[in-house]
Order: sequence, then C-alpha cells, then structure tokens
Amino acid sequence: MNVITPTENKWIGARTVRPDGADKVTGRAAYAADTTMPGMIWGKVLRSPHAHAIIKSIDTSKAEALPGVKAVVTAKDIVDFPVDKSVMLGIQDMRWMCRNVMAREKALFHGHPIAAVAATTEATAAEACKLIEVEYEVLPHVIEIEDAIKPDAPILHDFLKHEGKPSNIAGTMVAKLGDIEQGFAEADVVIERTFRTRPVHQGYIEPQACTVSYAPDGRATIWSSSQGQFMVRAMTSLLTGVPQSNIRAIPAEIGGGFGAKTIIYLEPVALLLSKKSGRPVKMVMSRDEVMRATGPTSGSFSTVKIGAKKDGTIVAAQGTFYLQAGCLPGSPLRGPVGCSFAPYAIPHVLSVGYDVVSNRSKVAAYRAPGAPLGAYATECVLDELAEKLGIDPLELRHRNSAKTGMKAAYGATFNQVTFEETIEAIQNHEHYKSPLEKNPRPGIKRGRGVASGFWYNAGGESSAQVNLTEDGNVVVTTGHPDVGGSRASIANVTAELLGVEHDRVSVIIGDTASIGFSNLTGGSRVTFASAMVVTQSVEKVIGQLKERAAKIWKIDPEAVIYENGACRPAGPNAGQFPPLALKDLAAKANETGGPIGAGVQLNTQGADPGFATHVVDVEVDVDLGIVRVLRYTAAQDVGRALHPSYVEGQIQGGVVQGIGWALSEEYLYDRQGRLDNANFLDYRMPVCSDVPMIEAVVLEIPNPRHPQGVKGVGEAPIVPPLAAIANAVYDALGRRFYSLPMSPPKVTEVMDMKLAAE
Amino acid sequence: MAKVHVTTTINGEPTEFLCEPQQSLLDALRNNLGLTGTKEGCGTGDCGACSITLDGRLTCSCLVLAVEADGHSIGTIEGMAQGDKLHPLQRKFLEMAALQCGICTPGVLIAARALLEKNPNPTETEVRFGLAGNLCRCTGYDKIVRAVMDTAAEMRETAS
Ligand code: FES
Ligand code: FES
Repeated sequence: MNVITPTENKWIGARTVRPDGADKVTGRAAYAADTTMPGMIWGKVLRSPHAHAIIKSIDTSKAEALPGVKAVVTAKDIVDFPVDKSVMLGIQDMRWMCRNVMAREKALFHGHPIAAVAATTEATAAEACKLIEVEYEVLPHVIEIEDAIKPDAPILHDFLKHEGKPSNIAGTMVAKLGDIEQGFAEADVVIERTFRTRPVHQGYIEPQACTVSYAPDGRATIWSSSQGQFMVRAMTSLLTGVPQSNIRAIPAEIGGGFGAKTIIYLEPVALLLSKKSGRPVKMVMSRDEVMRATGPTSGSFSTVKIGAKKDGTIVAAQGTFYLQAGCLPGSPLRGPVGCSFAPYAIPHVLSVGYDVVSNRSKVAAYRAPGAPLGAYATECVLDELAEKLGIDPLELRHRNSAKTGMKAAYGATFNQVTFEETIEAIQNHEHYKSPLEKNPRPGIKRGRGVASGFWYNAGGESSAQVNLTEDGNVVVTTGHPDVGGSRASIANVTAELLGVEHDRVSVIIGDTASIGFSNLTGGSRVTFASAMVVTQSVEKVIGQLKERAAKIWKIDPEAVIYENGACRPAGPNAGQFPPLALKDLAAKANETGGPIGAGVQLNTQGADPGFATHVVDVEVDVDLGIVRVLRYTAAQDVGRALHPSYVEGQIQGGVVQGIGWALSEEYLYDRQGRLDNANFLDYRMPVCSDVPMIEAVVLEIPNPRHPQGVKGVGEAPIVPPLAAIANAVYDALGRRFYSLPMSPPKVTEVMDMKLAAE
Repeated sequence: MAKVHVTTTINGEPTEFLCEPQQSLLDALRNNLGLTGTKEGCGTGDCGACSITLDGRLTCSCLVLAVEADGHSIGTIEGMAQGDKLHPLQRKFLEMAALQCGICTPGVLIAARALLEKNPNPTETEVRFGLAGNLCRCTGYDKIVRAVMDTAAEMRETAS
C-alpha cells in the first residue's frame, strides 16, 4: 500500500465543508422521525409497571376493539430463541435480544416492553395500550451489583449458573500475564482500592425512531436511525422471520448514537405491526422511554491493586471488575478487563470481569464500552502510587509505558505503541507547565489532575463503490452511517487520490440494497475501514482511467500514469500526447469501453490502538460542593487526521461526555425499582455553560498498515476524563472520591466528613 | 374532538392549519405542516432541539400549544436562509465544523440568532449562558461557541 505523507496533500488534512452540511444547517436532513409514508399509522409500546414480575396472561381484546386500532403484537409474534442455545449476531446474543425487544416469560425491568399497538393516531395507540390487560405476579427485584451478588438475592434467570449454582453472575472474563502472586511479592509498595461508578446514558439527542412498511408481497422497507443498516436488517430478520433479502434497511441521518444504536428496539415490532395492519407504521420513543428502556452503559464495582518497586517500576496489577449488565447478560467486560492495564508494561497482570444481571434496562454500548470505568480505577490508583513514591504522575506513566512488540495481557502483541508520545505532549504543553493557584478565594479550591487511556480501535467489514458521472464528477457510496463527519473525511481522501477539486466529490451512504455489507459504525473503525476500501476502489478507477487513455492514445496502459487529475504518457518513450483529464475520460467513457466505476468489499485488517493522555484543572466550591472544570487539554494519537476539525470534535465531545460521567450523570432508582430521573432535567448532562473550551492536541503518528495512516479517534477520548477529574479533585481537596459522580451532594458529604475528622 | 383552526405567519408566510386542541406547536409544525427541521429531543423543555421564535422571542415549541400560536408569527430553521443564501451563522457552522450529528443544530442556530440579535458582541461566557438551554451531546460545545463568536465578529464588521 502506498502511504501518503502529509506534505504532499491538498485535501487530506484540509478543513473542508462536509458534504451533508448544508442539509443539516437548513433543516433539510431527514432523521428517522422525519420520515412519513402515505397511509402511515402510529405504533406505541406498553411497558411493564414492575421491575420484576412473571407475566401470567395478556388480554389484548379490549385494545383491539378500540376504534382506530389496526394491530397489536406481543412476544408471541416475535421469533423465540430458546435460552439453552446461543445464536450470535456479532457480539449480540439473539436469546437476549428477543427478550429485550419484548418481554417473554417475565418482565425484567420497569419499562420492559410487554405489547405494542398500531393505530391511526399516536393518541389512539397510547389509549389502546392502557386497555391491554396484563396479569402479573410481582417478584422481589434487585438493582445494585452488591445486592445482586449476595447469596440470597432474587435470581433473575434460573438458567444462569455461576460455580454450579443459579446466580446473577452471567459470565466472567479473564486476562492474565505472568504470575500475579510472584508479582506482588516483588513489590515494595502496593496500593489497593475499590471504586464505584453509576450507569450513565449515551444521551444522544435523537430518540430511537423508525418507519416500517411491509408490503403485501412480503417485502419490507425500514427507515431508521442506527449505527448500522446491515445490523438493522439482520436483527429484524432474525426477530421477525422475514428473510434478509426481503428487507431493505435505509439509514436515516442519525442524531447521535455513541454506541447505543448498535442494537435495535423498535424495528422488528414496527415491522410486525405493519404486517398485521397492512399499513406503514411509524414509532418514535419519548425521552422517558429512551432513558428508562434503552441501554445505558454499565455501572461498576471494581477493585484495583497495583504493586511497584521503589524506583517506580510497576511489577504487578490486579483488577476485579463487576459490571451491571442490566436485565440480560452482556456487560462490556472487554473494556475494563482488556484496556485498564494495556498502556503499561507490567510483567504480572490478572484482570477479571464479572457480568452481573439486575432489574434494569439491558446495557448497550457506550463509547469505548467499559474502558472508562476501568481506567477510572486504575488511573486513580496510579495517582496514589505516584504520590506515595514521590514521582510525578506523568513520569510514572512514562517510565512504565508499554513498548512496541510487547504482548498485552488481553492477548494482542502491539504493532505500534505511541503512549509515551501522548504523555510527552502533555508534559510539554503550556497547560501542564503553567502554575495553578490552589486557593484563589475563600471557600474555593483548585486542583490539577492527569490520566491516560487506551482503546483497541478496529477494522472489520466495509464496502465502497466509486463511480464517475458522465459530466466528470465523482460519487462515492459507503455502507456506514455517518455519526460525526465520516463523509467529510471520505470526500477529502477521494479528492486527494483522484486529484480533483473537493466539491466535485459527493459521498452518500447506501442502503442495504445498494451497497455491499458493511459492519457497524462503532469501535472507532469507520474512518479506518472506509478510507481503506475507498482507497482501493479509487485505485481501481485510476486503473480504468489509464486503460481508457491508453486506448485513445493506442499505447500500452503500462505506459500511462495518472497525476494531478489527468492521465499522461509515462515518459518520452510512451509518446507525445496532451494530458487527458478525468473529466475528458469520463465524457468519452462509452466510446472507450463503458461506464467507469469500481467497488471494493473487504474485511479490513491492521487497526492500531489509540492512546490518550489528558490534563484537567478543576475548581471546587467547598460549601456548595460544585466542581467546575476550568481548563482541559487532551492529547491523543489518531494516526492521521483526514479532516482535523472532525477529529478534534470527536475528542472534545468525548471529553465532555466524560465530564458528565465524572461530575453529574447517574441513574437513580426508587425503592420499587423505577428509574427516578428519566428526563434531561434530572439526568444532568453537561450544558454549554458547564464546560470550558476543550483543547485537543492531535498527534499524527501514521499507522503503517493503513493507506493514509489512520488509527481511529472516537473512543479513546472518553477513557481518561473520569480519573483525570477525580485526580484533580483530590489535588484540590486532599480528599479522594472512590465513587462517581462527584456531584454536589456527594462532595459536600465528603467535605463534612473531612471536617468532622479534623 | 373537533379540530381547531389556527392562523399564523410562519417564516414570513401567512399560514393556516387545523390541529387538535392538545397538540403541541412542535407536533403541529412537524406532523401537520411538514416542517421537520425543528426537532424533538425531549418534549419537556429541557433540550432546546425544538427551538423556534414566537414573535421574535426564543421559545421551546414543545412547551407551546399549537392553538396558542393563533395570531402570532413563528420563525423556524426552514426560514433562516434567504433563498440560497445561508445566514452567516449557518455558513460559519459549516466552515468551523460546529456540528457532528446535526440533530441539535437547528435549535442551536435559532437560539444563537436570537442571542446575537439581543447582544451583537457577546463574551464567551455570554454565549455559553445564551446557549445553555440547547443540549449538544456530540461536540462538547467548543466549536459551537467559537462559531457563534466568530459570526458575531463578522456581522459587526459588515454592519459597521
Ligand atoms: S423537545 Fe422541546 S426542549 Fe426538548
Ligand atoms: S451535533 Fe449531535 S447533538 Fe449536537
């Protein structure tokens, strides 16, 4: 593969206007809830009023009799995947997905779908839901991890066994290196701490929505907002029994996902309602439903123990991570188990994760799934270790950085480790060097904290098609929903490689019938994978252009080169011909052999991990318990920034989500197991006035296995903030918080305890 | 229930529509009038995705009944550009990448325009508080705040 070096570029690395931009600033862009169909009716979901209950019977007759009601579905209509046999689609087990989309034997959380109705108006559908009679046998419920793993805890699923007994521990994951006992025996200093984090929601502003039309010939069309139209097609097919070839999933513009839209809730239900009613059906979740019934990420309960020699060499690290799965198995154990110690060269590692079910909505992916809560524990312990050893916390990390060629505890051998570079970027940054006044005013304390983070990044399946239009412009189709500017990056790459002006390239996202299989937008893989398949497609197009020019000039295609948007004879021996521009060749396409265009479908390989190091200054109002972020600088190696603005945007957005996780966001349940804050007022995400500018320091150390050097960007920025802020709060108050969020009630409580102790 | 007849001006055009008495203005704009540029993020006044102007005043359209719009003038995102000429805020948002997924963008733009009409020379803090009613989960607000301040500077220059 030809690696393009930054200096030669006109478009790669340029801050171009994104291809989908004008539609988005004028209100034209169509998101899932913006689609309508002739004859369309509305679907609504009836949800469980109990956190845990056996569903004894469901009587839908009164609802069906209500004028305007066209169809009702229950779990009977959804394909059943028996619990004793796993059927996987990617990382999702269909046994759990079918029970998540519609409660089967039991209602497992407050808000679990029980039935759905389609009616001529949304209000009628809602009214009909109230007429459905459900007989429940209410069971004791369990919400928190510590309660769920007690011996006498209410068991959610009899078929889940841990150590031979029915248990709420649904699974475990282990990563191991060396001999942990020996490691701690070698240590001079050992620190062990326990940490808690609460589930937090991805908080995308666009609620889940879809419109589904099932036609009398058995063919269905789905318009929905997701991180993967092919996932929507496959999962809907599995859950409804309609073959994939009969489903066309059209990706609407997506109003944020952050991982959450890698699974579905509404599409199969809407399809079945459409099938039964003979009408297109639209379903849109309310914010309350989004908060209550879609997946947040796991809350956690973790213990991390790290041992080091006096000189700061870390010799052993052990992590035990209990994660809330919600009501069905599937916590992101890979995040904390694999990522927590990955940036460090530690000879003896034992990292164990437990997947714990309880009566909450099933978790869904959230940006670097699971990694932030692992890093929170690890990076706080490292901070304590640095203090105890009298070593600067960044210096401690630098000394222990993993090295290229090393094997990580999670199994991989690193091709390229660029962790030290991210640490140095912060060490050399004016922010880190600048003094911080610790006590600016009475009652106000300031502190500075640092932390680092790791994410795997990923490759996987991608498809692209690059076609020349008759008037000599370029249309690129890819198969990945664009969550934050991937079309802009692809336009830059295509313009660069073809040597044409950026505004001559259009980039569109194909539906499942118009482009080859492409895996989910997630794991920081899309720019990596799609730039790779687009590059290879463009290389094929250039090959065709050379052939056409050769044909016109009656010379050998080998004697033609493509440069600056035109074919030219390779040298004087090839002949004397004026260049033939892409535009000229496109105009002559039919005479020279037909339309010009090429596609590539690939399982992309060669992803390199992302490393990040952050520094943050905070200010604490000691009386009110309010923690404010004053300044934030985030350094990350992204490989290559195809469009720097959207790379910075990913980092800035990820950091602010991390700030919310650290300071204000949490799921709160009442005694009946009902979510108490299912709205944007009480679930407190950062607003514009809560945060400062976020400085993104973008390092570009190219990935040698990618044509443009791309690594990936979206996940890593949310990994360090939890610990960085916790470390900064410690620096300000001299008091460590072992649980998140560090919200005003908690801060005042800890400060009161401190006062009492003094 | 009988539908109610409402007479309004939307983006300068006299507009009449029928709605249910309990329908929100947001719902009527989107579902009765096809003006889907205004978005629903929460329906409870907490996210600002549904921001419009009502007689020039910044308003959450999810908190207004459609019938209350009778006799009033409404401004939505669809009316922000003049023909094919984008409003300076729209242009700056594109140039400075102040949007990622774009779902919050219509509301943010309407709120930013209302802010700059009241205060053509806002400080960073004033921009941050002026937009505090508009949640954006993608951008971390950095590029939004910069784009608004840059637009303000540019508009002041063209005005003088
Ligand atoms: S939809 Fe109106 S404020 Fe959120
Ligand atoms: S750009 Fe996605 S919510 Fe603002």
